[in-house]
Amino acid sequence: MNPRPLSSQPVSRDLHRIEVEDSPADPSGIVGRRHGKVDALDLMTGAVAYTDDLVLPRMLHAKILRSPHAHARILSIDVDRAEALEGVHAVVVGREMPVRYGVIPWTQDEYALAVDKVRYVGDAVAAVAAISEEVAHAALKLIEVRYELLPALVDPREALARKDVLIHEDNKHGNITKHVKLAFGDVDAALQQSDLVIEGDYQYHGATHAPIEPHCAIAHTDGRGLLTVWSSTQVPHYLHRELGRVLGLPSRQIRVIQPAVGGAFGGKSEPFDLEFAVAKLAIKTGRPVKLLYTREEVFLAHRGRHPFEMHYRTGFMHDGRITAVDGKSLLDGGAYSSFGLVTTYYSGQLLGSPYVFPTYRFDSTRVYTNKPACGPKRGHGSVQPRFALEVQLDKAAAALGIDPIELRRRNFIGANSKTIGEFHIGSNGFLECLAMVEQASGWKERRGKLPRGRGLGVAGSTYISGTNYCIYPTELPQSAVQICLDRSGRVRLFAGTSDIGQGSTTMLATLAADTLGVELEDIRVIAADSDLCPVDLGAYSSRITLMAGNACLDGARKLAVQLKQIVGETWGCPPDDVTLAHRKAFRASDDQVWMPIQEAFILAESKLGTLGATGSYKTPTENVHGEYRGGTIGASPAYSFTAHIAEVEVDEETGEVRILDIWCAHDCGKALSPVLVEGQIEGSVYMGAAEAVMEHHCVMPSGLRGPGEKRLTGPGVDGLLAASSLLDYRMPTSLDTPQLHAMIVEAPDPRGPLGAKEAGEGPLHSAVPAIANAVFDAIGVRIDDLPISPEKVLKALRLRELVMNVKEVR
Amino acid sequence: MLRLAPLQWQPPQNLAHALQLLAQPGARALAGGSDLLPNLKLASTRAKILVPIGDLSELSGIELADDGLRIGAACGLSELGGDADIQEHFPALAFAVGRIASPQIRNMGTIGGNLALDTRCRYINQSELWREALGGCLKSHGQECHVVPGGQGCVAALSADSVPVLIAYHAVAHLARWDGAAVVKRSIALADLYGSDGLRHVDLQPGELLTHLQLPLPQANAQVVYRKWAVRQSIDFPLVSVAVRLERAADGCLANGLVVVGALGPRPRLLPLTKLAGAAVDSALAKQVGDLAFDRCRPLPNLPYDADYRRERLRIEVQRAVVALSDL
Repeated sequence: MNPRPLSSQPVSRDLHRIEVEDSPADPSGIVGRRHGKVDALDLMTGAVAYTDDLVLPRMLHAKILRSPHAHARILSIDVDRAEALEGVHAVVVGREMPVRYGVIPWTQDEYALAVDKVRYVGDAVAAVAAISEEVAHAALKLIEVRYELLPALVDPREALARKDVLIHEDNKHGNITKHVKLAFGDVDAALQQSDLVIEGDYQYHGATHAPIEPHCAIAHTDGRGLLTVWSSTQVPHYLHRELGRVLGLPSRQIRVIQPAVGGAFGGKSEPFDLEFAVAKLAIKTGRPVKLLYTREEVFLAHRGRHPFEMHYRTGFMHDGRITAVDGKSLLDGGAYSSFGLVTTYYSGQLLGSPYVFPTYRFDSTRVYTNKPACGPKRGHGSVQPRFALEVQLDKAAAALGIDPIELRRRNFIGANSKTIGEFHIGSNGFLECLAMVEQASGWKERRGKLPRGRGLGVAGSTYISGTNYCIYPTELPQSAVQICLDRSGRVRLFAGTSDIGQGSTTMLATLAADTLGVELEDIRVIAADSDLCPVDLGAYSSRITLMAGNACLDGARKLAVQLKQIVGETWGCPPDDVTLAHRKAFRASDDQVWMPIQEAFILAESKLGTLGATGSYKTPTENVHGEYRGGTIGASPAYSFTAHIAEVEVDEETGEVRILDIWCAHDCGKALSPVLVEGQIEGSVYMGAAEAVMEHHCVMPSGLRGPGEKRLTGPGVDGLLAASSLLDYRMPTSLDTPQLHAMIVEAPDPRGPLGAKEAGEGPLHSAVPAIANAVFDAIGVRIDDLPISPEKVLKALRLRELVMNVKEVR
Repeated sequence: MLRLAPLQWQPPQNLAHALQLLAQPGARALAGGSDLLPNLKLASTRAKILVPIGDLSELSGIELADDGLRIGAACGLSELGGDADIQEHFPALAFAVGRIASPQIRNMGTIGGNLALDTRCRYINQSELWREALGGCLKSHGQECHVVPGGQGCVAALSADSVPVLIAYHAVAHLARWDGAAVVKRSIALADLYGSDGLRHVDLQPGELLTHLQLPLPQANAQVVYRKWAVRQSIDFPLVSVAVRLERAADGCLANGLVVVGALGPRPRLLPLTKLAGAAVDSALAKQVGDLAFDRCRPLPNLPYDADYRRERLRIEVQRAVVALSDL
């Protein structure tokens, strides 16, 4: 079928090589279709350039000298012999960059390279740039550092108790980096009036991100003094700010580029020593400088899941309704603050849904220890308390004789509700999530009827779709895009967003293609280059889909309005009657009237000039949070909800737990790209399962001396990583991974782009307690101390046997 | 990333030439490199000269003859695990080899390399920074053993999956070296090749090379089973490693047997079951043999997992190995 002749024919199709696709008009758009990532083939074939793939002319290689002591004062550093080594171009030490930085402006306690003290084994002391990694490595051995050894604090309880050993001398509260205590309602009275109080201690261990791509950075200064830094980061904007602060350079003189990133998971969400080191060395040498971490350095950089010691009391009425939640947590922060202020708030503030808490109190203390710093790992700060709470709910369900799913339903907070901490909840698909996993797992038919050693466990959770407030106070937009169209029929989209594998580039392309009536491959996304792109705050707190997505829609819709106007004028119809989809503009009321989208672009460009629009996103100011101190931290424009059911098989002889299946239903508001959402669900569940039974970022205590007998640091195991390789840090292989069943629930939120909320972190949380609850269902003992390893299961089983024997004897 | 220190690369023309090259001080043979190269990068072992032996025809091949099986030292682990003759006559060897590391590493690694695999310990398989912070150990640059405080000898663990099972199949190792004038050959029962010093647990003369293994064909009444426990189902070195060989009398009862336990100290532990001859091969025997292993073997805190649990687990794995061979 041939298109009808247009009323005016302003362009020659031949001249512009317009492809005319003779297919029926399809108004269904791109959003919600099952497509892969726009860059999938390049990622799979290795065609994508990661930072370490970049090679610049005259490039030098850098290495960092790290402290072998967990806690020591630096008396002197002598770099003369290193500088004299042939092939060495420069050495840099801490006093050349004596400006403290830190991702949170209120807790800046780090130096690019240690100035006065080292605070963990691995703390950076000096850096060398040389003609090769080999020469730089050799030069490190020629740097002589004299240390005065200080007692190392590896145990957070000891760090809390000791007043004589301070890891940061100028910290106002000893070794406490942050203490948050918030109470809502009369918790004590509510507990007293409860029919049942579940009380327990829970331990959540340290876990790290272990991205397959190690951190890498390259810096270069050009003839005008413009400093360019390429880095494997997930927060180019925060890196940009801190580079300026530490190096004393104006932001306009710095360009930050984030090449493809091979995994981050929160582990690259703040600046690190290597970025400052290469920048300073590039300035000193006038040559490009690259530094690639070793795998051990990735484990030392850490910023992973905080170990939590938790004590929880939860009150219930006979019908299963929660009356009160009272949680106390000790967070082992490691040597620096990192995001710790936020972590400490999140440990309480993110627990207030999806269940109603009539009263609530949390008391969280984060301490410094002489260990690699903890920070944000996927599900930042809320995975640990979620574990405690969801296990408490399971214990209550057992004690009250209520089905654990039913107990959760009875406490459901609902949509358009408010948590006790006054967070405004918009859409909420939690009940659908519960129903979906209940049905898919065969819960009703199978639970309680499984063979011995096999069990099912359920848990639920929530997470933020970005934080309502940036980590620095600002009225500026959190996300922005620029979009340009031209006569080629192509769309250029500039955004500061960081695609770290989660697919933010595809998300932007999907929204833009859908709005502007082109196909995914017609969108060129140029992202994460501070010279080319408007500012975006980065890939953390699951913020990009909601925030950059809204900014993208804002910009794309402005252009769509212009296009429809021009095309409508051409056809003599109202702009509303023009639909843009799949490389066509057509009349909604008569799809026989249409033109190729490229022709629409050309029409618009010829009438309006070069076509471009910006879009930006600012978080809402009303109905988000309470006005009390701390009430803003953890507040989000919209919340995702998740339910998990895990099925496990426990070998009661060996204590080994095999996770067979995990069903996860996640309310992401609207799945813009369902395949990517499923990928995020699977990745999250995998990571949660890994933490539940296997992975452990463990720093060795001496174990040989009693309290108070800690010797000075120096040679010995204090503060050493038990696992600093991918061999010893045991991430599950494909053979160890359960069947993952990812299911999408869509409860569109008016604040999300087309209703979309987050999908990258929420689906991790309740995987962990669902597994723990399944272990209880399987063998009748609880492991409240993660990870659930075979020796703990055996011990628990033997203890139960002992107790039962004692009962029989009596 | 970690880089190799500079070294010489001296490819040989044939076996005799290789042995001459290996007679030089600081020379090391390189086959798959999956153990040697990481250790060199971590500077936990040293070499000045690398002699690549993986392509030498004298070291290749799997040959089944009437007198048994010959396996060339440079035979690849993937090739070995997939070999039909081995699967038929030495199924436990095929199984054990298939549990070494991961498919990619098995594609590189060789049987000779696995037999010569360096001993492993949580205090040595670490970076230079880590070992410096520790203050070294007997196998690194220090004087102290952190596994056995006050210990005088290195107790790093034999971690080769193939060793217990090859010993259970009565494998004989054939070795060769260059004595300055000629090639000198010798053979030794594999069980006797390993010593108790974790620094050099394979008892080789300087420059000596494993050329091939010779395995007698098992009699019809003999069966071998290998069991390994590690946290993950792939990649990991064994935390518990045991081969059990049972020989049956005509009445089906136990005639003789052997338990070979790896992943303890530097040498495999052999537990003959001679005294149990005449016992029925059933779950009672399995329990008895498991208890024997538990009593006689004491895993050390050298490998990165709870030693007490490893001991418990050893009992269970031995027991399950016997059950697998029993009449139940």
